[in-house]
Amino acid sequence: MANVTITDVVKNYGSLEVLHGVSASVADGEFVVLVGPSGCGKSTLLRMIAGLESISDGEIEIGDRVVNDLEPKERDIAMVFQSYALYPHMTVRANMAFSLKLARRSKEEIDQMVNRAAEILDLSALLDRYPRQLSGGQRQRVAMGRAIVRNPAVFLFDEPLSNLDAKLRVQMRGEIKALHQRLGATMIYVTHDQMEAMTMGDRIVVMRAGVIEQMGTPLEIYDTPANSFVASFIGSPSMNLIDGIVQNRDGASVLETPDGTTWPLPANARVTAGAAVQLGIRPEHIHLDPAGLVAEPVIIEPTGADTHVQMRVGQQVLTGVFRDRPDIALGDTFHVRPDTSRAHLFDKASGQRL
Amino acid sequence: MAVVERTVGTKNTVTKRRKSRLGAGEGRTAFFFLLPSLIGVTLFLVVPIIASVVLSFTNWKLLGQPQFVGFANYIRLFTADPQFWPVVRNTLFFTFEYLVLNIVISLGLAVWISSLKRGQRWFRVIFFLPTFTPGIAVAIVWMLIFAPDGFFDFIMRSLAIHIPSVLTDQNLAMQAVIVVSLWAGVGYNTVLFNAALDMVPANYLEAARIDGASAWDRFWKIRLPLISPTLFFGTVMTAITSLQVFDQIYVMTRGGPGTATATLGYSIFQKGFQNFQMGYASAIAWVMFAMIMVLTAFQFWLQRKWVHYDN
Repeated sequence: MANVTITDVVKNYGSLEVLHGVSASVADGEFVVLVGPSGCGKSTLLRMIAGLESISDGEIEIGDRVVNDLEPKERDIAMVFQSYALYPHMTVRANMAFSLKLARRSKEEIDQMVNRAAEILDLSALLDRYPRQLSGGQRQRVAMGRAIVRNPAVFLFDEPLSNLDAKLRVQMRGEIKALHQRLGATMIYVTHDQMEAMTMGDRIVVMRAGVIEQMGTPLEIYDTPANSFVASFIGSPSMNLIDGIVQNRDGASVLETPDGTTWPLPANARVTAGAAVQLGIRPEHIHLDPAGLVAEPVIIEPTGADTHVQMRVGQQVLTGVFRDRPDIALGDTFHVRPDTSRAHLFDKASGQRL
Repeated sequence: MAVVERTVGTKNTVTKRRKSRLGAGEGRTAFFFLLPSLIGVTLFLVVPIIASVVLSFTNWKLLGQPQFVGFANYIRLFTADPQFWPVVRNTLFFTFEYLVLNIVISLGLAVWISSLKRGQRWFRVIFFLPTFTPGIAVAIVWMLIFAPDGFFDFIMRSLAIHIPSVLTDQNLAMQAVIVVSLWAGVGYNTVLFNAALDMVPANYLEAARIDGASAWDRFWKIRLPLISPTLFFGTVMTAITSLQVFDQIYVMTRGGPGTATATLGYSIFQKGFQNFQMGYASAIAWVMFAMIMVLTAFQFWLQRKWVHYDN
């Protein structure tokens, strides 16, 4: 086990800079998730930690060692790839034993370590099969087994669940989390799925366009997003962002949208009249209230436990999540009230939280 | 129950009959569409093959009527012809040395090309050029190089290396033929193997790097097994073409000096078109066919031990 420190890391491909001085730290035994949309640089950063990509500038430390110029094998890391990258010409056992054989461990030692990892991951019955004879979930477990046998200081996961179906993904999510708890190892996990990030990470690093937008625990990021990007990226369905200008009405600040609809602002909002802002309201913080704003349903999506409703309020299209099955039908209107005490405000120009 | 089964049975029979009637109609149409190529295959492939089998049991001398002689040609070949066994030995020697060198050199070149950061396409074209250069033209140029007092001798003299004239030396003549064959034949396998190497997913190699594999380990333990189906294809095809070698020998040595470079391919030509023993030449051709079949079957048997198919 080891901590990982990333300091001002830059990555250039010729004249194109894809990581712009990224700094982050991962504590010993921590499970950190790098999350962001495609092309944000999260996989590149992970590959730089692994040693598969060179570091244009900055420093990466694993444990007490700067690893910038070390080969992947010298970094004491293991990586699970999105495509699993199981050697197709080797059995499960040979795949798992490959690194140990290269390290010239004794046969008894190799057998013992492979059997132990297979036991942890419930792979004992599959050891003599080839990767092509395994299901997606089993391949995923073998890929993890290959990482475990090496007993590395840091585990790196590059979108390992992307190729699985939704049900298996949820199952494997739990298995990886359980594995982390069992091994207590440092793990860095890359995903574009904010749900995976929220449910798995001790801490989340949200990235966009080669910079880190926010770092924090899942609930910190969910409850107090640093900017409108993080606010809309984390959470499903996404946070509603309503553009408008702050106005003073009867001594209270309200948001007036271009269509003339006024929205109450949080009581503690530090805004001045005339400021262009975005009001952020999570879908679950929009409540049904006969005294509220008039809303017209656009799409109604019952999920069983909840009902997701896309609605038009004035010219704004918002999403609301309501428990159970509210009495809303297309063609009718209903009334909603945003919970302003839990609303968020962002500067329109910079996107930063106010 | 029985009634139901009978009813179902009757229905099935009716459906089958209708299908087969439809099938017969479609079959006739298909047959007429296929007829042009079927005529071609029959005239230029099936008939010559059957004719050569038949000829191998006759004493046809190109002119006159062939007479059936039973296994006489084969008996003469295996028991009386003093040239046959040296020719078989030469053919196997050429095949073995050429095959090994071709695979090793082309694989080496393929690996080298795939390691280049730029210019891969150019090198592929350069190495592939001899493949579509006419073999006879290549052989003539090389014959002039290796001829007594030719360019090769000039170079050797300049370097003060004293070796006999290559094409007239019992041992060196075959080596010269092999060099020319390699020059002409390595490019095809190089491009083939290079394409296969480039198709190996980068993830496997990255995973191997993380697992601690050196470049050497990655080549032997990951890349080579993953391109083994292509390697197998290249080996089989090269073995087949090398057992049939003819062009280079015809131009450069005419099988000489003595019978030092006479191979089965050249022997067929010699017996058939110089000595006009078409029946005897056909018998040699079928022996060559049998050798190719045996070697290919052996390679297919051997592939189970070293070729890895993903599916």
